[in-house]
Amino acid sequence: MTGTEGSHRATAYGDRAVLVEAADPADVPGLHAALLAAPLTGQADLVPAARTVLVLLDRPVTDRDLAALQRLVPAVPGDGSAREPVVLPVVFDGPDLAEVARRTGRTADGVVAALTGAALTVAFGGFAPGFGYLTGLPADLHVPRRATPRTRVPAGSVGLAGPYAGVYPRASPGGWQLVGRTDAVLFDVDRDPPALLAPGTPVRFRAVG
Amino acid sequence: MLAPGPFATVQDAGRTGWASIGVPRSGAADRPAAALANRLVGNDPAAAVVEATAGGLRVRAERTLLVAVTGAPVPVVVDGRPAPFAAPTTLRPGAVLALGTPRVGLRSYLAVRGGIDVPPVLGSRSTDTLSGLGPPALAAGRRLPVGGLAGEEPVVDVAPVAGPPERPVLRLLPGPRRDWFDGAAWPALISGAWEVAADSDRVGLRLAGPRLRRARDGELASEGLVPGALQVPPDGAPVLFLADHPVTGGYPVLAVVVTADLPVAAQLRPGDRVRFRAAR
Repeated sequence: MTGTEGSHRATAYGDRAVLVEAADPADVPGLHAALLAAPLTGQADLVPAARTVLVLLDRPVTDRDLAALQRLVPAVPGDGSAREPVVLPVVFDGPDLAEVARRTGRTADGVVAALTGAALTVAFGGFAPGFGYLTGLPADLHVPRRATPRTRVPAGSVGLAGPYAGVYPRASPGGWQLVGRTDAVLFDVDRDPPALLAPGTPVRFRAVG
Repeated sequence: MLAPGPFATVQDAGRTGWASIGVPRSGAADRPAAALANRLVGNDPAAAVVEATAGGLRVRAERTLLVAVTGAPVPVVVDGRPAPFAAPTTLRPGAVLALGTPRVGLRSYLAVRGGIDVPPVLGSRSTDTLSGLGPPALAAGRRLPVGGLAGEEPVVDVAPVAGPPERPVLRLLPGPRRDWFDGAAWPALISGAWEVAADSDRVGLRLAGPRLRRARDGELASEGLVPGALQVPPDGAPVLFLADHPVTGGYPVLAVVVTADLPVAAQLRPGDRVRFRAAR
């Protein structure tokens, strides 16, 4: 059960979900927005990710669902750039800052200048509650993950991996290159909304002492 | 709570609607068993229950309570006397209910008329062992509030349910990344004998068996996961995700267990043998 017309592909994922895979990652926010605006019958949840939106249903998937999702027209997502960005105060003293500087041919101050100058956007979440994969880094700051992940990364750590920046909402194992830390509260179940960084949120880093 | 046994948590139907900010669904691993326990005491099927892992649970009623135990079949003992399994049972104030050890299966469910009324977190009372949301795992000495939300008086005396199968077979649909594997991977998955590894938990079953080889290298961009997804990390040993699976994963998913067979998967315990077959 697969269709391929248009700029995305809808494929059954088990018997209760459909994976919508965009040809261009830039289409994911629009596909997500279209499904938020006009949910399928029985749509239980949506999981936007790097190239895909997973549509979770509370009933069996039908051929009609696949056809509808194949025809899905991306909506114009809420224009994040028009919103005031969430500013995260960051102390740039991470254990991998020197390594990132070495890999990118910048000085440590140059890395910090590039990070604080970047207009970032939450592309998607998923690693942990409140974690946002931030896009918008300059291409030369795309660094690989550490060869050996750390068994414990403290909450608030600011890291880089591939095209993404991110902040660990709570202590966990992790393999991102750590450049700094923030005391911003990324996730609080008693706050509405609970996540500071939801898909589409514009974000800036501000260097603090 | 006099004793939680090896591991026990509060579970309901889970948290839905929060996946985009990284919140897993969680909820009872064997959802039909939890729903049945609720029906036996006249609760909404999604009410919160106690999920006991490998039996061993002991609780004392502080007032008159109507309870039922379902899931992995266990000896149920009330004040030292055998009590029925999968049937409503009244506990008098001070009565102690104890679960033995299941002969087959792993997770048993204790429903109380009115539901377990711990404070909900993001709309659910479930303990999510992966993300840490919801109440902590149950410990001796903990008092569990019982809610007042129940429907009509239950009318079912006993629910004759088959226990977990002696020779479990899980039906599979092809996963979204079957093309990441070589042609021998799917036949090896279907024909192989698999054993549930010791480090299995509510997040997923780690399976030991034939090595499943990839046809391509490289990293998959993280994408959403479903319960029943069979993900294959680079070492070739698959993980079959259960209730507390992460929202997204970065390894290719070769196959997905059909929803109807998820309760069978949720009742497998370390050391159990399991087989797969194609769903169609």
